[in-house]
Amino acid sequence: MPRWKTTKNSAANVFRIAILATAAFSPPPASGALGRRSVATAEEKPKTNAVTIDNFSFAPMQLEIPAGTQVTWINKDDVPHTVVSLDHKFKSRALDTDESFSFTFQTPGTYEYFCSVHPKMTGKIIVK
Amino acid sequence: MSDYIKENLDPDGVDRRGFLKCMAWAGTGTFCLLQGGVLKSFALTDVLQKNVGNLKGDLSFVQISDSHIGFNKPANPDVTATLREAIAKVNALPTPPSFALHTGDLTHLSKPEEFDTLAESLKSLKTDKIFYVPGEHDVLNDNGQTFHERFGQGTQGDGWYSFDQKGAHFIGLVNVLNLKAGGLGTLGNTQLEWLEKDVANLKSSTPIVLFAHIPLWSVYPQWGWGTDDSEQALSYLKRFGSVTVLNGHIHQTMQKIEGNITFHTACSTAFPQPQPGQADSPGPMKVPAEKLRALLGITDVNFVRGKHTLAIVDSSL
Repeated sequence: MPRWKTTKNSAANVFRIAILATAAFSPPPASGALGRRSVATAEEKPKTNAVTIDNFSFAPMQLEIPAGTQVTWINKDDVPHTVVSLDHKFKSRALDTDESFSFTFQTPGTYEYFCSVHPKMTGKIIVK
Repeated sequence: MSDYIKENLDPDGVDRRGFLKCMAWAGTGTFCLLQGGVLKSFALTDVLQKNVGNLKGDLSFVQISDSHIGFNKPANPDVTATLREAIAKVNALPTPPSFALHTGDLTHLSKPEEFDTLAESLKSLKTDKIFYVPGEHDVLNDNGQTFHERFGQGTQGDGWYSFDQKGAHFIGLVNVLNLKAGGLGTLGNTQLEWLEKDVANLKSSTPIVLFAHIPLWSVYPQWGWGTDDSEQALSYLKRFGSVTVLNGHIHQTMQKIEGNITFHTACSTAFPQPQPGQADSPGPMKVPAEKLRALLGITDVNFVRGKHTLAIVDSSL
């Protein structure tokens, strides 16, 4: 009996899409010229606020972010998935391959979500 | 019902113990004969060399499943073509089936044009009637409303129903709606109550055929291949002498007998999925093009009245 192995190509190229959270945010200028330009050099690396859907799982399964951060889920599987919060605070349409869904978390708390098509798939966003 | 098939090492596909379970690729084909709760299972090639006249009964029907119209990825870039091949296979049967069951995932993305293509393709199926139950891919964005309007007219609740044919009682169930986080397929209390009433007045000698998309037994819960409240549903059927459960969803044939109940899953007409636990996930299995059709197929079921006999034959494309 032949045993076929899956050749899951997407496992090799894990996508990381980073979207800057609220790009307009910058500290108010200090009085006078002192340190004013230092904001640009102190530009932070983009925060990991993307969740990849691959192999019927959310990665990372748990994500911690500051309030006001936008999280983007992108589906790298060959089948559609959804992103649905347990308390119905956010809900995507079915995401086909390479489609994405974004939601901005304004309020601190723990947000559990799952794929309503494949409910074994669960994840959590922790907003500090 | 906690048992599930981890792997099958027996080359004849049958493992006889307290209950009997077998698993086979559609490419080899399996023939099953149920007589008084005892299953006889043969390789399809063996059956073809014997007297197949014995298989003719009062009723025959086919099961088609998981057509996934709209899927266009490398596992099978033309699922409409393979559906047409499945239809041709049915149309070539020596005895036209009385009806067909489509056990869900008609479409890949629940799009109206996908439903159109499926309906248009199945018009050429030589049978009197096609009965449908939805798969999770048919109810993606509207809780099944589009599916219900087009394929579930005259059904109860969210789309369940029953009908009688030649003395056998057929029940179509819906276990792909209102799924709970972390859970499996779900029937729900309303449907369970309906089921209990539906079979309450039937004689125990009535053969029952139950069909739904997600398996009504624990095939592999880690991949969501099971239904949370299926045991409750099956408890209503314990008094019946012959119960056959037909499912799709897992894109491969599997069988198991437990007491009076024979469980059977059908192949997809679109793309194969891996054996339980044999891949990182249950996603579409990419196989060499020349191997694809051996892993797709249809199921042909014959029912002989009076003998409680259901003969199930899987055929690859």
